[in-house]
Amino acid sequence: MLRVDVEKQLGEFSLSASFASEGRVIGLFGASGAGKSSLVNMIAGLLRPDRGTIVIDGETVDDTAAGIHIPTYQRRIGYVFQDARLFPHLNVAQNLDYGRRMNSLAPDPAQHKRIVELLDIGALLDRRPGKLSGGERQRVALGRALLSKPRLLLLDEPLGALDEGRKLEILPYLVRLRDEANVPMVYVSHDVAELRQLATQIVMLKQGRVTSFGGVKVLT
Amino acid sequence: MLDISPAEWTAILLSLRVAVIATLVATPFGIALAWLLARHDFWGKSFLDAVVHLPLVLPPVVTGYLLLLTFGRKGLVGGFLAEYLGIVFSFRWTGAALACGVMSFPLLVRPMRLSIEAIDRRLEQAAETLGAAPWKVFFTVTLPLSLPGVLAGMVLGFAKAIGEFGATITFVSNIPGETQTISSAIYSLIQTPDGDAAAGRLVIVSVALAIGALISAEWFARRATKRLHGN
Repeated sequence: MLRVDVEKQLGEFSLSASFASEGRVIGLFGASGAGKSSLVNMIAGLLRPDRGTIVIDGETVDDTAAGIHIPTYQRRIGYVFQDARLFPHLNVAQNLDYGRRMNSLAPDPAQHKRIVELLDIGALLDRRPGKLSGGERQRVALGRALLSKPRLLLLDEPLGALDEGRKLEILPYLVRLRDEANVPMVYVSHDVAELRQLATQIVMLKQGRVTSFGGVKVLT
Repeated sequence: MLDISPAEWTAILLSLRVAVIATLVATPFGIALAWLLARHDFWGKSFLDAVVHLPLVLPPVVTGYLLLLTFGRKGLVGGFLAEYLGIVFSFRWTGAALACGVMSFPLLVRPMRLSIEAIDRRLEQAAETLGAAPWKVFFTVTLPLSLPGVLAGMVLGFAKAIGEFGATITFVSNIPGETQTISSAIYSLIQTPDGDAAAGRLVIVSVALAIGALISAEWFARRATKRLHGN
């Protein structure tokens, strides 16, 4: 599903990571500054590796030796950021529809309905992002990413900006997503409890290096 | 109420036409330039920035004279346009529009540039991850979010264009019905023995137009802030 073998120098910090996974939810675990976000940004194509390859679903999206770098918008990935990054000039329904329009996909009312129900955002469709709570915003961001029909969903600390209560409010939705949405995910977090609940495989990062890789048990 | 004579109406309507055309033609160039200056670093950027602002600091008569040299019938660009495209600027209202467009350009570009700089670029990244090619990102995220700044720039540019005097009179002279705008009409009237009352009326009109433009520019700026906060 996902194969990563990259090197990147960012100022003083050097990142060198290699792993391959068929897991449904790859948990990217590490302290802040371990290079998790840089790694995810490289998978998304927002950051270009100095050297190496990235393969998503059998398609090589980065290969520095062959000069391949597929731009972000052609990678068919979904990305949920820590700060939801909803478009402030569009309401929730328009935000949800954005990816479909940009990819010129035919409307899929069945999928739309399923995801709106799964995330429980039906009551928010007419609202502007400025009128949503942090948890609601994050759920809409999840829906927006899923509705662009990605082949891989990247989640970079999606609960990081929420307080404990809100986290517990969103976590069940993420579990449902894992079990029902059928999209492989890369889930970035520094929270052991979160990853235990969600991840099927763990990549542990420490100061830019992969220190362990395996099942959830490596978290202990 | 003001008792405006037909001759004064002619000047007012001509001014409006000149300013509207100047603003509409300058706007796409203004947006492109604002985007370039806000988003890109390139060789000669400060020089380009200086050239854009030049009409603001040069004596208007110098700008007008340079326009005459360039876009006059014997000018390099003007000669070409007249010969091959049939577009003539000298002593025509189109020339007045060109002079007003050039003079108001720095004021038009500035709010556009500021509002593009104020956009959170992470929103554009988000759009890209959702499958939007760079040009689609520009038209669906960058431009809508900078729209209040774009409108504010248009309003300010329009206000400046309607009051332009020095460059216009140098470039296209002061011909009633063709190139005599409100400003040049006031100038002529002040030099005529009984022109005070007419000049006074036109002064009131131009003050009203300027205040109206400033108030609407302010209103657009307030909307810009609101829009960026997602309300």
